[in-house]
Amino acid sequence: MAKEIRFPFLGLVKGMGLTLRTMFKKAPVTMYPQEQEIPVPRARGVISLDVDNCTVCMLCARECPDWCIYIEGHKEEQPPSKPGGRPRARATLDRFDIDYSLCMYCGICVEVCPFDALHWSPEYEYSEEKVSLMLHDKERLTEWLATVPEPPSVES
Amino acid sequence: MEIFEGYWIQLILKVVAVLGVVLVGALAVIYAELKIGSHMQSRIGPYYAGGRWGWAQPLADGLKFLQKEDLAPNTADRTVYGYAPYVVLMATIGTFVVIPFGPDLVGADLDVGAFYVLAISSLSVLGVLMAGWASGNKYSLIGGLRAAAQLIAYELPLVLAVVAVVIQAGTMSLTGIVEAQAEAIWTIGGVEIALPYVFTGQILGFAIFMIAAVAELSRIPFDMPIAESELTMGYLTEYSGIRFTMFFLGEYASMIGLSAIAATLYLGGYSAPGVPDGVVSNLAGPGILLLKIALLVFVIIWIRWTWPRLREDQLQTLAWTWLIPLALLNVAIVSIFKVVF
Repeated sequence: MAKEIRFPFLGLVKGMGLTLRTMFKKAPVTMYPQEQEIPVPRARGVISLDVDNCTVCMLCARECPDWCIYIEGHKEEQPPSKPGGRPRARATLDRFDIDYSLCMYCGICVEVCPFDALHWSPEYEYSEEKVSLMLHDKERLTEWLATVPEPPSVES
Repeated sequence: MEIFEGYWIQLILKVVAVLGVVLVGALAVIYAELKIGSHMQSRIGPYYAGGRWGWAQPLADGLKFLQKEDLAPNTADRTVYGYAPYVVLMATIGTFVVIPFGPDLVGADLDVGAFYVLAISSLSVLGVLMAGWASGNKYSLIGGLRAAAQLIAYELPLVLAVVAVVIQAGTMSLTGIVEAQAEAIWTIGGVEIALPYVFTGQILGFAIFMIAAVAELSRIPFDMPIAESELTMGYLTEYSGIRFTMFFLGEYASMIGLSAIAATLYLGGYSAPGVPDGVVSNLAGPGILLLKIALLVFVIIWIRWTWPRLREDQLQTLAWTWLIPLALLNVAIVSIFKVVF
């Protein structure tokens, strides 16, 4: 079987050709502040919170690898649902903060939430001049909820 | 033009012209490197500084460097450490003294111009070695020593390549070498055809010279002295502020310097086919030479953004077992042709 003939320095010349061709091509660059790239619909931009779904179970805070979720809550006495019934205790959310300066966007909190209180939103423009402002509180996280796209239809 | 006859006027004009060419040229080459390099990597490069295409980026970088604190490590040998960048820059600027930009546009037309150019461009490695030794840093020291080893290895092929040119031209004056290249070698139907040395038997010498020149500049693929993945930044590790700027400018200025030497020795310098001698040549000469320099500088930048870095032993092997024998062969061939024809 004939061996493939290799000319010395051919690879070097090929490489030079490649860089020269690349130089005359248009660079695939999005000039960010002027033109914006539209993220894919399910992009992981920011995590939003649906306060009504949260039961203060703390699963997200415990599973978070960076420990960047801070949750506080208290129990409230609920009137009995039927007359003569026993009063129920209901957990109420006092504080739900995500520190986006620590978050690594792994999405484990979203995966682990049993009541769909956390959702990914594709918004990404929330940088701040101070690190402390990267701590989004309950209200800020709820605002992101409006930007969450509709979930894909369930496969039949 | 009596006003240009006085000795001091001429001296000042020459100094201003050389400094202008070196500094403006170095900034232009830095900008070219930023832009060409980024486009070769499918990027855009500097874009905002100066308004259009980021033309002011090298200036902005320079101003930023000037504002930085001039630090020196405790273990440094302060005097040597402080003077090293200026040695590099002076050696680089020194090469421009003898490069002819036109028949009369030359700082000083030395009879031993080729020799002077090689000698003074080698001086810059002294500055590099000073910087590496005086920084009191192991990375700097290794970088400086690598630079010295590289210079010793590549100075030989560089000199031997120039020896062949000197033999063919019969003179060491750079103006004389350019004039020898502008002489017609054939006359076809009354049209005199002059060819630069790269087309008349010096192609091998030109290749050797360019490889050795890139090695002298310590640029990729021969940038072992500042190999950032191994030595942080080599001899530049401890430098900051204005001294780093001096090294930086020196590096790019010597790129222009060596390209100018190569253009003068091999590509016909300020002469071009169809340009008559005399006043026209004096006027058009600088432009022609700058065009040739730009071409060579582009090739050097192009190589940098394409090829990977060699290993230290590969560098030495290339110099001692390939370039030096080839350069000796080149000298022998050129001498034989010179005697026979």
